[in-house]
Amino acid sequence: MSATENETLLRLVHVSKHFGDLKAVDDVSLDIEAGSVTCIVGPSGSGKSTLLRTVNMMESLDGGAIFLRGQMIGHELRRGHRVPVKAAVARRQTLNFGMVFQHFNLFPNYTALENVAAGPMLVRRTNKKTAHGAARRYLEQVGLGDRADHYPSELSGGQQQRVAIARALAMEPQILLFDEPTSALDPELVNEVLAVMRGLADAGSTMLVVTHEMRFAEEVADEIVMMDAGRVVERGAPAQIIHTPSTPRARKFFASVGTLAPSEAR
Amino acid sequence: MTAAPPTTRGIPVDDVSGQSVAALPIKQRVGVGSWLSIALAVFVGLVLIELLIFNDNWNWDLVFSYLFSQVILTGLLNTIVLTVLTTVLGLILGVFTAWCRMSRLVVLRTFALLYIWLMRAMPPLVMLLLVFFWGALVPRLGIGIPFLPPIFEVPTNELISRFSAAIIGLAIYLGAYSAEIIRGGVLSLQSGQFEACRALGLPPRLAYQKILGPQLIRVITPSMANEVITIFKSTSLVSVIGYTELLTTVQTIYARNFETIPLLTVAVIWYLVLTSLAMVGQSRLEKRFGRGFARRSTKKMTSVQATATTGTANVGH
Repeated sequence: MSATENETLLRLVHVSKHFGDLKAVDDVSLDIEAGSVTCIVGPSGSGKSTLLRTVNMMESLDGGAIFLRGQMIGHELRRGHRVPVKAAVARRQTLNFGMVFQHFNLFPNYTALENVAAGPMLVRRTNKKTAHGAARRYLEQVGLGDRADHYPSELSGGQQQRVAIARALAMEPQILLFDEPTSALDPELVNEVLAVMRGLADAGSTMLVVTHEMRFAEEVADEIVMMDAGRVVERGAPAQIIHTPSTPRARKFFASVGTLAPSEAR
Repeated sequence: MTAAPPTTRGIPVDDVSGQSVAALPIKQRVGVGSWLSIALAVFVGLVLIELLIFNDNWNWDLVFSYLFSQVILTGLLNTIVLTVLTTVLGLILGVFTAWCRMSRLVVLRTFALLYIWLMRAMPPLVMLLLVFFWGALVPRLGIGIPFLPPIFEVPTNELISRFSAAIIGLAIYLGAYSAEIIRGGVLSLQSGQFEACRALGLPPRLAYQKILGPQLIRVITPSMANEVITIFKSTSLVSVIGYTELLTTVQTIYARNFETIPLLTVAVIWYLVLTSLAMVGQSRLEKRFGRGFARRSTKKMTSVQATATTGTANVGH
């Protein structure tokens, strides 16, 4: 999954998303380089998850555009305006992204192995033997080779989330999207999921991660983007943004999550 | 020679460490409630025996002589055929209606809603009569554009027989009700399941077929079983349009020989048999589509569970 350095893989240009009067995402522009890890942080309700969901078309855009390798996705040009792409095209475009949800969203009626193999078998028409073989390898990659035949209800939260990561990997996406992957987990289960994500980052995966795990963000991210009220407040290298944020809003946020001494908050 | 230690109820009083108490087997507690419930069961059993066996008015000999008679079996077969065809047609209609009801297109949604509204308002008896006498309202059925000459048409009465009227009348009734049950099932699915399907790029038809559908069937099976069982009892309504099924057959017989109770008993026995079959089917469906929801308790599971806590992430590159 590694690519040449400094190639812009994903570009968000003036992306906006409104829910009624609420500007959930308000004019956000962002470049994601191939092989980079970008962490989006910020208080709850700041639009992090919505921004992530606009990328793979879970949310429609109200303004702006998203480009993958220079190609606009989600919309196509008409004379003087744009329209959403057809459902089949949208599905093909979403295949570029692998999504990991906060609440895992595993299929409860499928075993771990079947969950991972479902996408390749149903969408890519891979035959069962190949798909199950690959699924087993992905489960081993996330450390769950011995849980292949368990149903999600028989797995811990951390194990379920690792199966969900394997399921996303099985579609061989170009970019992995993580929507607060550890927020629904008991504290002692968080690390096993972060360890898997760290491994993916080391292997050169392009990742966009909405998270509250500041230590993970600091150690793994190439860039941290801080959002508030739908806007990007500040962005930059992890050490700089976490320990010496320049805006008052960012200083207040990082003080509240404990990476900044309260005395430095103002 | 030492005397045996003093005991109460066989437990040594000086058993300080509790060893001998701990060694005693544990048995079910039998209290007043247990005895009362057993007494109740015996009482109900005796009442049933008196009612069913020592009451000559049942005329069991007559019941058994009719139970497998040619006429009754023919009526039973008609009931079964009617139920099966109605159910198949009704469920297809129900799935289609539910799909329309949840469609993005407002026209489809409205049509589905109107259809469901109409069927809910209409007593099934009226429905059957309306379909059967449709010829009186529309003498010729055809395909074409209203007010223009039809492309193709046939006399309505050639299409509508007692049999087809019975099936159509009951199926469009079941279609509306099952549509709402299916929609309820879809509403009960977690929104995360739809999102996960979308994130994997699954087309909606495949998503429903492979992933959401099975979860749906698990949820809607009990209500659907209710509807289907109701339908096979509703088949008795078709007597109004002169189609003979089980209950109509029984009625014509007791109208002749006045053995009302024994003949109704024959019908009840067959209805019980059919209901039992339907319920076995229901339980099979629930097991089949309950996978992943019910806890499994096999030996393999418990041994795996023991090592579950030691599992750590092992990331390959």
